[in-house]
Amino acid sequence: MNTEHILETRQLGKDFKGFTAVSGVDLQIRRGHIHALIGPNGAGKTTVFNLLTKFLRPTTGQIFFNSTDITSEKPAQTARRGVIRSFQISSVFPHLTTLDNVRIALQRPLGTSYYFWRSQNSLNQLNARAMELLELVDLALFANKAAVELPYGRKRALELATTLALEPELMLLDEPTQGMGHEDVDRVTALIKKVAQNRTVLMVEHNMKVVSQIADRLTVLQRGRIIAEGPYAEVSSNPQVIEAYMGTVDTELQGAH
Amino acid sequence: MKNRMPIVLLVLAVLGCLAPLAGLYPVFLMKGLCFALFACAFNLLIGYTGLLSFGHAAFFGTAGYVAGHFVKVWGWSPELGIILGAATSAGLGWLIGGLAIRRQGIYFAMITLALSQMLYFVCLQVPVTGAEDGMQGIPRGHLFGFIDLSSDLTLYYVVLAIFLAGYGLLQRVVNSPFGQVLKAIRENESRVLSLGYDVDRHKLLAFVLSAGLAGVAGATKTIVLGFETLTDVSWEMSGEVVLMTLVGGMGTLLGPVVGAFVIVSLQNYLADKVGAWVQVIIGSAFVLCVLALRKGIVGTIAARLQPKAINA
Repeated sequence: MNTEHILETRQLGKDFKGFTAVSGVDLQIRRGHIHALIGPNGAGKTTVFNLLTKFLRPTTGQIFFNSTDITSEKPAQTARRGVIRSFQISSVFPHLTTLDNVRIALQRPLGTSYYFWRSQNSLNQLNARAMELLELVDLALFANKAAVELPYGRKRALELATTLALEPELMLLDEPTQGMGHEDVDRVTALIKKVAQNRTVLMVEHNMKVVSQIADRLTVLQRGRIIAEGPYAEVSSNPQVIEAYMGTVDTELQGAH
Repeated sequence: MKNRMPIVLLVLAVLGCLAPLAGLYPVFLMKGLCFALFACAFNLLIGYTGLLSFGHAAFFGTAGYVAGHFVKVWGWSPELGIILGAATSAGLGWLIGGLAIRRQGIYFAMITLALSQMLYFVCLQVPVTGAEDGMQGIPRGHLFGFIDLSSDLTLYYVVLAIFLAGYGLLQRVVNSPFGQVLKAIRENESRVLSLGYDVDRHKLLAFVLSAGLAGVAGATKTIVLGFETLTDVSWEMSGEVVLMTLVGGMGTLLGPVVGAFVIVSLQNYLADKVGAWVQVIIGSAFVLCVLALRKGIVGTIAARLQPKAINA
């Protein structure tokens, strides 16, 4: 086992009642990298995410995090190791305030989540850190607003702040810029690059401009299999990858949107 | 929000202390308070955790039988009967909840319903409950062995104290670090899981707390009325508590209290005037509530007062 790799999978596969969503995936994520997982719709990217975060149980193969086999762990166990994911659609707590959204993540390391007899004022010690995180994603002004009232791009930013609150060693972002306008995309891209300085990021991303800007390496999935892996320049000129994108590759890979 | 909590509790306490002086019948008030506590306990699950239990009568009734049996047959004092009843219900909640939380949504509701129906038939068959005759003639006894509870007014203030303690505890639970996690689970379960929380264990603790408090309510009601029957473990009772909570406003602390008193009042004052039609009237009231006041009585009023308010 190579310690240079924070995450490694061996022959990872997932069948859904005869339909093979993912098979034979050998993924290696280098520590400190921003690693992008790309591929056409239905390639199995989100399934891979669900397998890595244990939301799905793999049919075959193994998953190693920091050289530890985590294949049979529960989602919460893996999350407590420092592998925190975001979701493809915005995933906030709609009827909690923006501040409380971040605080839910911050309060976990306190270990008081079962203390039903203690006042929630005991959580106020987290407010300063929560505000810092909100400032990082430009949401400080919305701290006392319900998350449901935020525009879409802001919700995604809030999700990022919540994920960051746990200081994850490995952050898994499922399409972090999906559905965002130009300005938001640029802001979030810069933000990811910034927060990735002392951690590893694995992201599913459709926006090739984003990928070309910040990803150190790419893995391309097609029909549940890896068809290419390497730095952007290498992968984007791979004929198999171009074909996978069915000719729209020129516009796609050079960063449309 | 949170700094208003002690005030609400104080207002409830003052209202509760004054109610019998205003000429309200103490037994009616006690019944109302027991159902109010029952509905509040139920609301912890549906309103704050997003779990619809359709078998809460099991906890209400079991505690009633246990308290009734130990007070009547073993001569325990009422407070010990209530404590044992509540502990039994909490234990039962741990068993039923432990099985039910493995499933979600409608399946969760169905499992709780099925298990509580099993308990109903056990209560129907075993001799200790008195089956269809029920458990009759349970003495009120002496609180702590020396406070005579035979006076309705004395007992009323004891019941009021029990209710306020239960309500205060629930207020605290909802506004605790644990309560925050529960609300997050209600809002977005998989996100809570992805943040590293053991969602099932939080749900189970909420279920046990809710079952235990429903037990306190059920056992207290048995002491008040002096009997316990199959009605309290029936599925109709499980439905009634859903009704009370929805009419009052789920997810608000005060809603279930209001809902319980509305339903109990309707039942009490209409039963001898319109007979079986009371069910039709309550049904209509429920339909009206769902159509006109979607957040329930308290929820709608709260929304009017504070258009921007979020999760009381």
